Amino acid sequence: MFTRRKLLKSGAALAAGAFALPAMPALAKGAAIKIGYVSPQSGPLSAFSQADAYMVAGFLKAAKANGLDVEVIVKDSQSNPNRAAEVARELISRDRVNLILVASTPETTNPVCTVAESEEIPVISSVAPWQPWFIGQQGNPADPDSWQPFEYVYHFFWGLEDNVSVFMNMWNRAQTNKSVGALWPNDGDGNSWASEVGLPPVLAAAGYRLTDPGRYQNLTDDFSAQIGAFKKGECEILTGIPIPPDFTTFWTQAQQQGYRPKLVSIAKALLFPESVQALGELGHNLTCEIYWSPAFPYKSSLTGESCAELAAGFSKAAGRQWTQPVGFTHALFEVASDVIQRASDPTDSDALVTAIQATSLDTVVGNIRWGKDNVPPFARKNVAKTPLVGGQWRRQADGSFDLVIVENGNAPEIPLSGTLETLS
Amino acid sequence: MIWLDTLLQGVLLGGLYALFAAGLSLVFGVMRLVNLAHGDLIILAAYLILGVAAVLGVTPVVALLIAAPVMFVVGWLLQMQVFNRVLGDDILPPLLVTFGLSVVIQNALLEGFTANSQKLSLGPIETQSLHLGSVTVGVIPMMTLASAVAVIFLLNQLFYRTSLGRAFRATSDDVVTAQLMGIRPRRIFAMATGIAMVVATLAAFYLGARANFDPSIGPARLLYAFEAVIIGGLGSLWGTLAGGLVIGVAQAFGAAVNPEWQILSGHIAFVIVLLLKPRGFFPRATD
Repeated sequence: MFTRRKLLKSGAALAAGAFALPAMPALAKGAAIKIGYVSPQSGPLSAFSQADAYMVAGFLKAAKANGLDVEVIVKDSQSNPNRAAEVARELISRDRVNLILVASTPETTNPVCTVAESEEIPVISSVAPWQPWFIGQQGNPADPDSWQPFEYVYHFFWGLEDNVSVFMNMWNRAQTNKSVGALWPNDGDGNSWASEVGLPPVLAAAGYRLTDPGRYQNLTDDFSAQIGAFKKGECEILTGIPIPPDFTTFWTQAQQQGYRPKLVSIAKALLFPESVQALGELGHNLTCEIYWSPAFPYKSSLTGESCAELAAGFSKAAGRQWTQPVGFTHALFEVASDVIQRASDPTDSDALVTAIQATSLDTVVGNIRWGKDNVPPFARKNVAKTPLVGGQWRRQADGSFDLVIVENGNAPEIPLSGTLETLS
Repeated sequence: MIWLDTLLQGVLLGGLYALFAAGLSLVFGVMRLVNLAHGDLIILAAYLILGVAAVLGVTPVVALLIAAPVMFVVGWLLQMQVFNRVLGDDILPPLLVTFGLSVVIQNALLEGFTANSQKLSLGPIETQSLHLGSVTVGVIPMMTLASAVAVIFLLNQLFYRTSLGRAFRATSDDVVTAQLMGIRPRRIFAMATGIAMVVATLAAFYLGARANFDPSIGPARLLYAFEAVIIGGLGSLWGTLAGGLVIGVAQAFGAAVNPEWQILSGHIAFVIVLLLKPRGFFPRATD
């Protein structure tokens, strides 16, 4: 018979079980090194975090094989900076992690790094251009003299200057009238591209003409004014850093209103195959920056997999095409594993920081070493740069898109897989 | 000539805003319900069209014809099961419920369809355009405007030429007296929300053909719809069309001066209209 007493008993047991489960690994592995991992797993930025589960599982397996006793606590920033800071605090005060890994967009990396820097917990961060990461965390971003290096937070990615030079190299390869139209929104990215550290001075030095109609608001429904300006300026090259919905609106309207540039180089909006696929035929031969692809000639220090093998493994596990952040999610765990193995005491923050500073690791995204001279002196301590090349989306017969590497001026070790084609 | 082009593009944009706003205006006109989830319901309809097109392998146009009656039922059930329970003298409960619904829809879509942007692909017609003298206008924006005018016209016919419309107006004017005359307001409200959802599906179709959509994009589009309804005068359908056009044209001219002014000039036009005519262009009711 199912009595009230029995029900209460089993209910209590169930509740006890439910509460005990999450705590159990912590009890069982008291001496394990705890790594916190923060990324935007839900919300508008969640496309960056598709590889999280796969990479964490791979890391735990590889760590076990290497004899490392580690535990990874995964936290979701929900694409929200406030939430990112909150989970960082939780990781530090409640879970008492030894090391934090954080990925994808300044909205996630910056709040986590700021919290960890003040709590003196080491962080390895990635997938955000270094300028918004480093300068965005400064007390006064407008005054370069006041910028201070950080003690506990370390970042690896590329910077605005790399993206600018990749685009310039592509444009220099094509026959154009050297007239560039710019679609820069009124947000952090758009303003930095349009600023004195962005594209305009480089264009002027290289003898290009720039048509910049001005900063527009994200999620604008009409781009007729910009299209009119680009047509008037005879801009054969189009560049910009719009969000994906805005680029689709713009590009569709541009076709309707008869604006047909020869080269289109768009940062950010064309990162994910889904955004390009949404454009259909209009996505063919658009160009963008590539920071990781299966064609990169690097190997994982953790599993020995090549980039192609890593991408294939991910595609199989997740049932979707590889994306550029996949390699960086893996590289974060590569660096973490390397640092923990080299640190004299992986439970001590300062020992970990010493190990991070001494890192020189060949990862799946290239060599990672802090303190190199390809970063300006003020940020050199905290920023390591990885290679960036230029790519072009090619539409296949079945409607899917391939990202072909067409420009490698800044990283000749990455092989080209095609030649740049113009749109008309 | 640039002025003519700007004006024309603004009018076409206004058509899209009017289409967003028409459903909102209808629901508000009949039951004084401000549906904060309207933008998310449009996105829900867009996903429905996308899903139908993908599952049945039909074109988005056919999918629209299938999705519209489904959305009518969704609207009907939503009104019967949810909104009718909170409608009353207090305007706060319905507001809170629709706000909650907005959050629920966004997260359910995120769970079901991920955060990836989607688009309805209509094929070559997307980029086709007509040359009218010195200006070129896209076929899809033209169709959007034409649909907006047609929707407003049909809704007006429905309001003033049919017995259902009479019931709409009667319930809107005085619920108690309408009940005495044998009208069941709950059903009338459900009918209105159902029709509003059909209009929302049409709006979703044009939104999906024009730009990408993802689960979180609904509220951003809702603001202009609200402004269109208020500029036009609460409860007036032609007013809503006029309101949409005012915002569209204001945005286009703002952008022609400087893209930084695009969104702002739409809002400024809204404020100016409110200053000059606090109840909008064509207010229908006196409450």
